[in-house]
Amino acid sequence: MSGGFHIVVCGSLVPDPLQTLEPITGPGGPALKNEMMLPSVLDPWAAHALYEAAHLAKKAAGSKVWLVSLGPKAKLQQLMMSLAQKVPFELVALDGPAGGFADSYEVAAVLAQAIEGIAGLDRSRLLLFGGCASASRDAGVTMQMIGERLGVADQFLAVDELTVQDDGSLRVMERIEGGRYLVSVCAGPPAVLAWATGHLPEPPNSPQVGMMNMRAIMPALQKAKPVKVGAEGIAFVNVELPQQRRETRIVKDAPVEEIAREIVAWIRG
Amino acid sequence: MEKILYLTHTQQDDTLSKAAREALNAAVDLSKGLAGSTLTVGLVGEDVQAAANAIAGCGAAAFFGVAGAEFAVSRYGSDAAAAEALAKAAGATLILAPATSRLSRALPGVAQRLQGRIDTHVTGILTEGGNLHIQRWYYRQRMMATLTRSHRPWLLLVDPAVFDPWQGQPGSVSVQAVAASLPEGGTRTHVVGVEGASTDAQTIRPDAKLLFVAGAGWTKKQADGQTHVKEAEALILGFLEKTQASLGSSKSLVDQSSEGQEVISFLSHLNQVGQTGATPRHPKGLATCCHGEEPHVVGWRFINERRAVNTDPNCGWARGKADVLYVADAFKVIAKVNELLAEG
Repeated sequence: MSGGFHIVVCGSLVPDPLQTLEPITGPGGPALKNEMMLPSVLDPWAAHALYEAAHLAKKAAGSKVWLVSLGPKAKLQQLMMSLAQKVPFELVALDGPAGGFADSYEVAAVLAQAIEGIAGLDRSRLLLFGGCASASRDAGVTMQMIGERLGVADQFLAVDELTVQDDGSLRVMERIEGGRYLVSVCAGPPAVLAWATGHLPEPPNSPQVGMMNMRAIMPALQKAKPVKVGAEGIAFVNVELPQQRRETRIVKDAPVEEIAREIVAWIRG
Repeated sequence: MEKILYLTHTQQDDTLSKAAREALNAAVDLSKGLAGSTLTVGLVGEDVQAAANAIAGCGAAAFFGVAGAEFAVSRYGSDAAAAEALAKAAGATLILAPATSRLSRALPGVAQRLQGRIDTHVTGILTEGGNLHIQRWYYRQRMMATLTRSHRPWLLLVDPAVFDPWQGQPGSVSVQAVAASLPEGGTRTHVVGVEGASTDAQTIRPDAKLLFVAGAGWTKKQADGQTHVKEAEALILGFLEKTQASLGSSKSLVDQSSEGQEVISFLSHLNQVGQTGATPRHPKGLATCCHGEEPHVVGWRFINERRAVNTDPNCGWARGKADVLYVADAFKVIAKVNELLAEG
């Protein structure tokens, strides 16, 4: 595309997937126990979106990548220490809660407002990237709502592949039922692409990229706008962990044939 | 009084999918549970009459339809326009729809257009005392919430395989045609078609009775100090062929393809279950060579009967999460299982 793309990636932090999570009831509704103390990572599907954005920007001259991130400022700063070394981007930080119990509608509102406020953003070249769902709220709706607020009528969910064709059109592969892909061609930007895993590995750390990014990230964090998001109109009756403990029967030192016969009988049973 | 709209799309053959009939059952039950509520049906597709006739006996007070060639395909612009028009025609306060890929993409934007609110991955609908509460999971199936909302319209995307499919008498109904105009730019997207994953074998079968999960152990060095990836492929494919199981994989195994390691050729990210993959619903699941804990628990949340084959008796994933853990070499076990299955 002539002049490249303006790619805005929406993504925030979530608890490290390996952490044990426990719900509690706080003054504003449900929350996670020791939420501020839990190690965080960039939301996995949003991370894929960011890596795909950087990859695309590298190929399309004149492109630029912004990361719009809503979370507690201190935790965002921690996250940026590692994330900044991955790929070049400009941070737009919003200081607010990143937990899963905030309503997508409210989150979409503040993110859309932040995107509208990005100086120099050319909406005709806009590709709005994000994860197809977060690992916290796991609703899979925020990107579409932001797209609607920004007036973007071409939207794609669970994207694994984006190809910019010679005529500037976008060939998109979206995951659908049964392990298949829906293939569509969009005339060009603006478009919303909510990514699944894509095809790119996590980029290695680059200290040079990190230093370059951090020059802009620290000021962006300092001027992060405080925003209020919650769950207005939602009444949580309870939030609980499922009873997941099972009494596991351990079959050890049994002949392979015996194990195989038991499995076959179970499958057929 | 709630005005409930059951909203769905037809398939290519103008019928309703299993997921669509499950959501209809949920909508019918909801209507019965909320005194004074009314149920209407909204259908989107190339031709919706046959689908409407097929569910004529569901008790809906009215049937609305947006039909035409441009609404036959799965595309955000046309789907959102159709759903918005149907919601407005029905004056809906509650909108129930199946969580198909098509509606999961379109309805959040429709909620925004209607100034409504939306909840997805709905796995329970409760109407005790005449009040609507839903159940849905947070943090990728790691905790479940029961909640309600005061805001209307409230859109609900119902997860598949939670409710039984609606079954009832077909008939002949009058479908009220609703006009849905595509927004400017709404046809900038052209649907090319559907493709399988870029692997040789079709290994994902959502309706299978058994989920077979292959872990990274299949590609690790075995007792002889060598890897046996081709042998692993043959064993796994043989098992899938004989059992018609669906194939899942751990993240670590799928990621190997992008890390330059020798990989199982027919695995893609679409096979991945867990924290950043799918959470499929199957009656039974057999895990082989899987390690790790919490992410696997997430992927297996909706598997009823679980067994695992693993060389580590203390595997944190299997103990307490599986019903039976066979401490054995999966290569040998699956080879023998295949042999027994072949004998019939």
